[in-house]
Amino acid sequence: MTEITEALKNIIRPENVVSQKSSVLTNETMHYCPGCSHGVIHKIIAEIIDEMGIQEDTIGVAPVGCSVFAYNYIDIDWQEAAHGRAPALGTAINRLNPEKIVFTYQGDGDLAAIGTAETLHAVNRGENMVMVFVNNGIYGMTGGQMAPTTMQGQVTATTPYGRNIDLHGYPLRITEMLAQLPGACYVTRQSVETPAAVRKTKKALRKAFENTKNKQGTSFVEVVSTCSSGWKMTPEASNNWMRDNMFPFYPLGVLKDGEKVKPEDLPNVGK
Amino acid sequence: MKGNEVIAEAAIRCGCDGYFGYPITPQSEVMETLMNSRPWETTGMVVLQAESETASINMLYGGAGSGKKVMTSSSSPGISLMTEGLSYLAGAELPCLILNVQRGGPGLGTIQPSQADYFQCVKGGGHGDYKLIVLAPSSVQEMHDFVELGFELAFKYRNPALILSDGAIGQMMEKVNLAPQKPRWTDEEIQEISGSWATTGKSKDRKQNIVTSLELDSEQMEQNNLKFQAKYKEIQENEVRYEEIDCEDADYIFVAFGSSARICQKSMQIARDKGYKVGLLRPITLFPFPTKQIAALADKVKGFLTVELNAGQMVEDVRLAVNGKKPVEHFGRMGGIIPSPSEVVTALEQKVIGG
Repeated sequence: MTEITEALKNIIRPENVVSQKSSVLTNETMHYCPGCSHGVIHKIIAEIIDEMGIQEDTIGVAPVGCSVFAYNYIDIDWQEAAHGRAPALGTAINRLNPEKIVFTYQGDGDLAAIGTAETLHAVNRGENMVMVFVNNGIYGMTGGQMAPTTMQGQVTATTPYGRNIDLHGYPLRITEMLAQLPGACYVTRQSVETPAAVRKTKKALRKAFENTKNKQGTSFVEVVSTCSSGWKMTPEASNNWMRDNMFPFYPLGVLKDGEKVKPEDLPNVGK
Repeated sequence: MKGNEVIAEAAIRCGCDGYFGYPITPQSEVMETLMNSRPWETTGMVVLQAESETASINMLYGGAGSGKKVMTSSSSPGISLMTEGLSYLAGAELPCLILNVQRGGPGLGTIQPSQADYFQCVKGGGHGDYKLIVLAPSSVQEMHDFVELGFELAFKYRNPALILSDGAIGQMMEKVNLAPQKPRWTDEEIQEISGSWATTGKSKDRKQNIVTSLELDSEQMEQNNLKFQAKYKEIQENEVRYEEIDCEDADYIFVAFGSSARICQKSMQIARDKGYKVGLLRPITLFPFPTKQIAALADKVKGFLTVELNAGQMVEDVRLAVNGKKPVEHFGRMGGIIPSPSEVVTALEQKVIGG
């Protein structure tokens, strides 16, 4: 035992640390279930705010659902939105405080069901903000009911025999829809199921925050995620299920990377 | 100027930071006038046409949560869509200003004036125990004056304030004395006024500000509600506004607000010519309601008639105030019909004097 302690002393040294808790994360213990992606995504966002030195200038808009307490974990000013309305809050916060960096954090029920209109119109107006979309294909906090992004055949509390398209409609690829909108400058779909994926997602989110700092329009980052409790699987099985079933339908990668459409590129009947 | 136009002018002049709205008759001139005036070029005021009333009230939440002076305007069906947001604004204790230029309902109804949103706007409307500060203008001048007053009360109590107008006053043209232009608050002033609670950006020397209405701990949520109720009590004690006309010698009292109060002024003349001593109590604030003033009148007069453009809503508050001491009756027309002054006098004779 003493030998191990001695060996650890040699390993745990400041020069050997590759990752540590960002000072932008609070000391609150997160309430998320084992295997849940929210904790990792929070950590990445806190790191980016820290690295960019924008803690004093960033205002977050928290969602409903499992991540409703995001404001307890990331140490910045936050507003808590009603279900689906985060993009409307973000619109006003940014329009009235154009020098601040605004981001919304939303799940699939919040962003792609009850808040579809607010989401679509905020992106279409090209509101200068980051929108983080955590898609785990289910309503986590509400008790595992069907989301717009629930896969065909997926069992949930409200689709006990599996989602039936004739009965419940099609799974919604909202990110593909939003990528078509002229106000979006950057639309990407990522995941956080492996260390490599976490690094890629962090890079994508960093780009989204940089775009916002540079007033480029809407940057939209979907993170395909797991919900071990809602899916009733172990964290490992959830990751495997996500890879096997969700990635083919929600393929990872960049959907749009450029600039929002310039007014001069559209017909202008006033001229 | 037109009542709706004057709202826009007053908003710019009182240093409003942002207007977020959605067109609906009979109040669309508010946003139209704002857009025409291009205040973003003069005062820096943001004017944005939202995709819906739901979005515009939530834009108010975002703006108010940042400590800014923000407002919206709508009419009855639009206010219904906004009630979700109103409940959240009240729960998060955010100051903002809402104008409701009422039209006939329920449903899509008519575009003619009505006062049928009294319950909705004065009693809450959205979920939970909350109150809005409700101001009822009866002239175009008051439409102007209540913009600044509404913001003042909203910030004083950290509570949404609502101007409850109707299609008659919104579309009416009258002379108005306009207030001088005031500057918008500077960032430093906002820090001073709202920095302790608003999302102005977390500085190193303060804790994060979180604007929320969520509290999962029931004990704490009850404490929050008790705090709200104490605030509403304070508003009730300090902010009652009303007008009394010819009440000193009156045997009978009309109680009416907004455009129906204007009709009652003419009705009073007709009634007095007929030999009935009639006075008018016009509540200017509907919450807080002039309960004490009405109770005091109940000791001296023979009866009350409320005149409202609805099926009888404010009459309940008058009856509570009178507390059974004297008869309280209601007369109203619905669906956008405005009663004539003589119709009101006939109602007084039939329901109160002869009753």
